Amino acid sequence: MKILTKWLRAYLPDLPVDDAQLAEDLTLRGIAVEGVYDLGDGSGSLYEMDITTNRVDAMNHYGVAREATAIYGLTLPPLDFKLPQPKPVAKPFSVRIEAEDACGRFTARVLRGVTIGPSRDWFAGAEVATYFGLLEQKQISNAVDATNFAWIGMGQPTHVFDLDKIEGGIIVRRARKGERVKTLDGVERVLDPEDLIIADHAKPLGLAGVMGGWDSMITPETKNVLVEAAWFDPVAVRRTARRHGLHTDASHRFERGADYNAAEVASALVSSILLANGGWIEGDLVDARVPAIEARTANRKPVELKLSEVRRILGTTIDAEGITAATVEGVLTALGCGLAELAKKAELAKKAELAELAKGNEVWLVSQPSWRLDLEREIDLIEEVARVYGYNRFANTLPAFGEGVRALLWAAQESEVRRTLLAAGFHEAIGSTFCSAAEAALMAPQPGLAVPLGNPLSEEAGVLRPSLVAGMLAMIAGNLHRDVSDVRLFELGTVFSGTTEKVDERPALSFGAVGTLPEQGALHAARAIEFHDVKGAVEQVVGRFQSRTVLFDRFLAEAGLTPEWLHPYRAARVVVDGMTAGWFGQLHPRVAAERKLKEPVLLGELYLDRLYKLPLRQPIAREISRFQPVRRDFSLVLDESIAWEKIDQAVAGLRIPELVEWRAREVFRDAKLGAGEYALLLGATFQAADRTLREEELQEFQARVVEAVGKVGARLRS
Amino acid sequence: MGVGPEVETDYYNFESMNFPPGHPARDTQDTLVVAGQERRPQRDRLLMRTHTSPVQMRTMESQPPPVRIVIPGKVHRNDAADATHSPIFHQVEGLCVDTNITFSDLKGTLDHAMKALFGSAVKTRFFPSFFPFTEPSADVQISCIFCGGKGCRKCKNSGWIELLGCGMVDPAVFAFAAEKQPTYDPKKISGFAFGMGVERIAMMKYGISEIGSFFAGDMRFLGQFV
Ligand SMILES: [Zn+2]
Repeated sequence: MKILTKWLRAYLPDLPVDDAQLAEDLTLRGIAVEGVYDLGDGSGSLYEMDITTNRVDAMNHYGVAREATAIYGLTLPPLDFKLPQPKPVAKPFSVRIEAEDACGRFTARVLRGVTIGPSRDWFAGAEVATYFGLLEQKQISNAVDATNFAWIGMGQPTHVFDLDKIEGGIIVRRARKGERVKTLDGVERVLDPEDLIIADHAKPLGLAGVMGGWDSMITPETKNVLVEAAWFDPVAVRRTARRHGLHTDASHRFERGADYNAAEVASALVSSILLANGGWIEGDLVDARVPAIEARTANRKPVELKLSEVRRILGTTIDAEGITAATVEGVLTALGCGLAELAKKAELAKKAELAELAKGNEVWLVSQPSWRLDLEREIDLIEEVARVYGYNRFANTLPAFGEGVRALLWAAQESEVRRTLLAAGFHEAIGSTFCSAAEAALMAPQPGLAVPLGNPLSEEAGVLRPSLVAGMLAMIAGNLHRDVSDVRLFELGTVFSGTTEKVDERPALSFGAVGTLPEQGALHAARAIEFHDVKGAVEQVVGRFQSRTVLFDRFLAEAGLTPEWLHPYRAARVVVDGMTAGWFGQLHPRVAAERKLKEPVLLGELYLDRLYKLPLRQPIAREISRFQPVRRDFSLVLDESIAWEKIDQAVAGLRIPELVEWRAREVFRDAKLGAGEYALLLGATFQAADRTLREEELQEFQARVVEAVGKVGARLRS
Repeated sequence: MGVGPEVETDYYNFESMNFPPGHPARDTQDTLVVAGQERRPQRDRLLMRTHTSPVQMRTMESQPPPVRIVIPGKVHRNDAADATHSPIFHQVEGLCVDTNITFSDLKGTLDHAMKALFGSAVKTRFFPSFFPFTEPSADVQISCIFCGGKGCRKCKNSGWIELLGCGMVDPAVFAFAAEKQPTYDPKKISGFAFGMGVERIAMMKYGISEIGSFFAGDMRFLGQFV
């Protein structure tokens, strides 16, 4: 919105500051001037305004001038347009408000014998040509210019009809099913029974408060005019405008609340511009009012305002005197409020020993101006006091603080997961919250529970992600397609499942890696990242939690248990304390091919809601033994179907305190083994805390190990 | 610290934050909605939360005053992506409710927080603004962290940078909270709330020109912040 200081100064010739200062003072009071442009000698400045939606009353020249009067303690002259005496008429023009819930006031003025043509300047200090020229507002004809002038000058939407196109009179009503109207934009519109319209006795004329009709518009041939200035209900106008996909100056104002009392003045303003080119007024202003709406706009019940409440909410000012009764009265009066001081809580004052104590107990009954529908409650008035007094005149104080910081439920665990992966050389990324339905079907841990959006940004973002894998894959692909070949990423985020009635949200972790490790360099050999690198990262993450067991297993492809986005033979499930905590492995070659990814992509997902049930691992130090450790190796032969996990568990199951460490030292396959078999060198270390182990003890331990691994299918190699 | 769901109901995201159904203030936050909500009562309809403010209400419903909480979180808007707009972004919200919490406390708290974030030389100033869930409402500017207030390209020569929105909790919001926790009586308690966009601050602080960089997972971008 644009404001001319020349126009403001026409309302307020005594403005005591220059344009730059005025802009700053207005801005500090929430009437934000975003830009000040000098228009050259004698023309003042053009302000580019940014006014918040609650202040529609200030989105025009007169409204901004009113704000200035509050700042500088000036008086704003009322808008008053002298009209010639009307010629009497036997029967006044007929106006009927049928939709009394949606139209609070409708004024109609009949002008006859007008000449439609270029508008003339008609009174000193308000020149259409000058102002429109500075605003770069095109002059069209006196009829259009008049309504634009009322809009820009005082923010009141008005409309002018060709009177001779109106049959009978005006009815403000809801449309009937099947009715049509062609609006000023040339669009033929089918009306909805909820649309609020202006009609005559035969047909709809236009959309009330939104846009006039084509057939009754002013043309160069128009001789007789009906000037409309009305008040329409915000919700009714908003619904009509939305239904027809329209947003006009008029609908903007009515949706946010117009000034009930402005109709008459605006009608006079429009009429006087039109009459400057000749013509006369026929009959008095027809003014149809709905008392119920008048009572909740122009004649609202006054609001009680206590000075003590002003101080309770606003607090300390830099100025020692603070907010006084005089401050409150000055601000509110300048803004157009009426203040009647109540009995000042007289009894309270009497009870107080010192008369001084009565100060600060002022109570007012504040009546609200018709143009400020946003002033409804005591707090609204307190805001006005703070705003005009100046926000930056309040002190910076701190509230008392009595408690320690309570962190989020999962804060420690989440930060541990993040730290672990960052240390492992992964970067943290944030992917899209949405994915395609096809990706959801492929990647969701539970099928059929993806939640679709009603108005997605695109088809590729049609559902809430049930898995972080889709986003991870997109980010990896993005890097590869930009020729970034070394990628290690992870994401901590929310995954969604459920129905459109109830959506479940859980924390998850995804990770992905492509390229070489370490990055290619001159001083070291680099090798391709492979499955076990990612497995190592997963082990580190899971290892941060206090679990009883962690194992990785895999299934035969035929079992149908491996997620379809993973390679059937290069994938593993993460099982923590018997719960599936996630999956990882190499991307399925088919999915990789679909995305034109030639490099093997390693990626996976952990279900953090399950891991977060576990506390973080708290290391407990163990005494380091002074006695000699003894290492024994077992050369085992196993069927290919028996994984290390089984051996590991069998050894752990022995619970021999002196068996302090064991691991797979070597795996090999050679011709001497049977078909489908492999050899494993199991290294075990025995050590006691309190003694040197004797040979008999060691032999017993060895025998127990052989027996335990034998039970899961391993035999000693001869 | 507090968090809340990213999929919210209309009630928590809008109605209880004093955006009545059909109110133009809703236009300022274009919303992504979950499919199939048309038949449900308006207050139960599911949507992607457009701000972290619903966590204010969830927190107040779950405990009587006093409340002093900071709420980080991901939010979504149905906005076309450009250099400074992303349908996904993050906010940090704060809420303080107690007896005798004042506008000057709000000013002091944010002044303190901005000095902690950007250095003790930073100054703050407050402008009237409008948010449905606070009144009085304010926009907060800090003195330009690049030029110290002298004026430069980053602050468009104004010496100031707009950083966050805040205000005193609107009594209407307390009235919604009081439906479950009657101790939120606006005659007895008061409070302030503030919120800021995380990406906006990061973009300014680190000289990032495209908000989309935060959501692309580009190693060349992320590698700069190790
Ligand atoms: Zn600067």
